[in-house]
Amino acid sequence: MKQKSSALRRYSLFLILFAANLILLFTAPEIGQSAFRLTAANLTEMLSILPPIFLLLGLMDVWIPRETMMKYMGRDAGLRGGLLAFTMGSAAAGPLYAAFPVSGMLLKKGVTLSNVFIFIGAWSTTKIPMLLFEASSLGWKFTAIRLLCSIAGILMISFLLEKTTSENERKRLYKRAQDL
Amino acid sequence: MYTYALYVTALVFLGLSFSKDRTKTRQVLRKTWKSFENILPQFLSVLMIIGIMLSVLNREVISQLIGQESGLAGMALAAVIGSITLIPGFVAFPLAASLLEAGAGYGQIAMFVTTLMMVGVVTLPVESQFFGRKLAVKRNAMAFVFCLAAAWIIGGLMK
Repeated sequence: MKQKSSALRRYSLFLILFAANLILLFTAPEIGQSAFRLTAANLTEMLSILPPIFLLLGLMDVWIPRETMMKYMGRDAGLRGGLLAFTMGSAAAGPLYAAFPVSGMLLKKGVTLSNVFIFIGAWSTTKIPMLLFEASSLGWKFTAIRLLCSIAGILMISFLLEKTTSENERKRLYKRAQDL
Repeated sequence: MYTYALYVTALVFLGLSFSKDRTKTRQVLRKTWKSFENILPQFLSVLMIIGIMLSVLNREVISQLIGQESGLAGMALAAVIGSITLIPGFVAFPLAASLLEAGAGYGQIAMFVTTLMMVGVVTLPVESQFFGRKLAVKRNAMAFVFCLAAAWIIGGLMK
């Protein structure tokens, strides 16, 4: 019984939104229908891309020791760690929300905050297939300038986030990652 | 294509894992399911919000809002719309291109595209689950400031 009520609570926001969408369906049918259609399309995308990602994360969790990840992307990995994080993010595809669970696993394995944020930054702005697409819509000049700005931005943001996070908060964050 | 490769990779590794150690593999599957179910409510909510939002702020509405206003107001609108909504690149870039044709400047387009990529107010619940609210908000705020600077630079260079 307790389990049931907590599940209800966890899904409450979703249920409220679902109800809101149902109301829209009757009050503004055009918007309501299009909202359901979009949600269904996004859900299909999400359900197709997330299972293999989570499976790989589960495998990584069990098979790759924390020490190994720390060696390559942890505090002592230096520039190489950042470069690896950048490459991982750029090679990825899929919406940004899929990057967050991966980041959680990286934290769990002791990767530094700045490297995790480099990974997120790369995932959001320097994905290679997206760049080709961007260039064909907006031109190479725009894409090149945007890309250079983004790389500089990613580095600055990662550096600042690392520097402005207190030791206490960092500990809490890594502890939270252990429980995920 | 990418998704297909992802499945093949995941399944190959799962097979490897299974052939090496069955107990560990069972552990893998349990963890996989647990972490997925853990975040599922947030994901579902985010998808519902995106669905409703993009239905209200559809292509026509966005181009009406950003396309005509090319001054500071257009910049502000581009930043706001870019920050709340999440539009996949294959929709966003052609939309940005059509905004250019509709009369928006490169500054607005840069603002729209960069905030779209880096700032996600709607996805905050998912991000907070992994980073904590404070850090998630901080990352988005910094990214937003960066986007202002980037839009200014790109707008200037593209003139």
